[in-house]
Amino acid sequence: MNTVTCGSAPLRANKPFDRRGRPPAKHFQLHMNIFTTQAHQAADKTGVLELANDVDPRTLDLSGITRIDLQFPTFTDGRAYSQAYLLRRRLGFAGELRATGDVLIDQLLQMQRTGFDVAVLKEGVDASAAQRQLDRYAGFYQGSAVDTQPLFAKAA
Amino acid sequence: MNGVVFRDFLPWQDIMNYLEAVVRVYNRWGRRDNKYKARIKILVKAEGQRYVDEVETEYREILERDGGLHTIPQSELARVQAGFVQPALDLPESTDEWLAQAEATLGIEAAKTPAFARWLAQNVKPHRNLQLRAVSLSFKRPGYAPGDATADQLDAAAVLVEKYSGGEARVSHTQNLLLPWVRLDQLHALWQDAKALGVAQPNIGLLTDMIACPGGDYCALANARSIPTASAITERYQDLDELHDLGPIDLHISGCINSCGHHHSGHIGILGVDKDGKEWYQVTLGGSDGKHLSGAAGPGKVVGPSFSAAEVPDVIEAILETYKQLRAPKANGQQEAFIETLRRVGQEPFKAAANAARQPHETQTA
Repeated sequence: MNTVTCGSAPLRANKPFDRRGRPPAKHFQLHMNIFTTQAHQAADKTGVLELANDVDPRTLDLSGITRIDLQFPTFTDGRAYSQAYLLRRRLGFAGELRATGDVLIDQLLQMQRTGFDVAVLKEGVDASAAQRQLDRYAGFYQGSAVDTQPLFAKAA
Repeated sequence: MNGVVFRDFLPWQDIMNYLEAVVRVYNRWGRRDNKYKARIKILVKAEGQRYVDEVETEYREILERDGGLHTIPQSELARVQAGFVQPALDLPESTDEWLAQAEATLGIEAAKTPAFARWLAQNVKPHRNLQLRAVSLSFKRPGYAPGDATADQLDAAAVLVEKYSGGEARVSHTQNLLLPWVRLDQLHALWQDAKALGVAQPNIGLLTDMIACPGGDYCALANARSIPTASAITERYQDLDELHDLGPIDLHISGCINSCGHHHSGHIGILGVDKDGKEWYQVTLGGSDGKHLSGAAGPGKVVGPSFSAAEVPDVIEAILETYKQLRAPKANGQQEAFIETLRRVGQEPFKAAANAARQPHETQTA
């Protein structure tokens, strides 16, 4: 996971998923940095690519890019999830993926799983519930962009 | 619209990889401007082969570039399969002698009790195991909405399921309970218990075994009520001889276009519509759910302007009377089913009969 050098204190969801008190397996640590709009706007824009959500990321030259800001014009428009997945998983982009726009608490988990590491919460959204969202599920059947193995592959 | 075949064959191991491709391509190109059109089916209709091609490309990328990580291994198939095992059944050894004895006893009981014979013919289906039958408990009876059961009735049904079907029952889309593991030599006892519970009407597959959504009585989406129409038709067709004479008919009722009652796939479909804040009903004919009797799956055709609630039972009766007049014996000597007559003679005579059942003061245009 890359380091984020600006913004408010990151929230980390790394509670064990096992309610019987066993230590958490490494691959289930959910990690997402939450930024306020102010912190996001104050950040240095060098090496940042702002990408509209109808662009196919496979067409881009990503050399020199250290951060890509993906956009959620409304929370119902989830094209940036697919972009994030392709960037992280298929194109192997190792820089920061930042979710911007109509970013609500409910989406953080999906964002984390599709490869985002920073979410800029929509103005007025209370960040205090974020932790609960990231801790909501004890485990996942499917693999994700960051934890690529599905449950059945881990068990085998 | 009916579904479109995307691929004639996909290895079972690849189902998750393929679905990932279907959804990712849809996420990219699906409509965003109108939430009613934000559906995979709309994209399929608009783009056709282009969508299929792009899914195929994405599927190959998932396999070749992402490594096909959701390819299902044999061990996972086995794990899931273990959740679908046959219940432990108390079965005697299957011998020709046992089968002959059980069938003979059944024959004697059926000859003694015509009502039991009728139930055997209508509600009991063959089984891959010759010692067993699949039995439908009919939750279609006067005084209840189709498929409705009280908590006490469900408790009592659960006792029957424990006693006669290895503890397993299925809720069917036709709003009945199916007991899949009933012993041949216990059918008569089950029939008696089901009769005591009021769920042994021998009407499976017949007109009164209609499918109906909860409609406006319970559902906030509905444009019209379904249950009063279902009740009116149920009450009108209580004569079992008449019901059996009418033969297999799929009557499906939905209170709105969301189609929970599958009106479009009924031989006779009734759809609730809202006009000027009042309940009206569109009647369709000739729909099919794809079963052998009904032919290739497809929606029925609308009979004409919609009818009032009061007219609907008369319209259904007029349609059924038309069938009785027009039906002809088939080459094998059997009576033609409603859907077969409809297919042979076309919609016109039924449409004329339905329109003649309109009540003059209710005339309207739409």
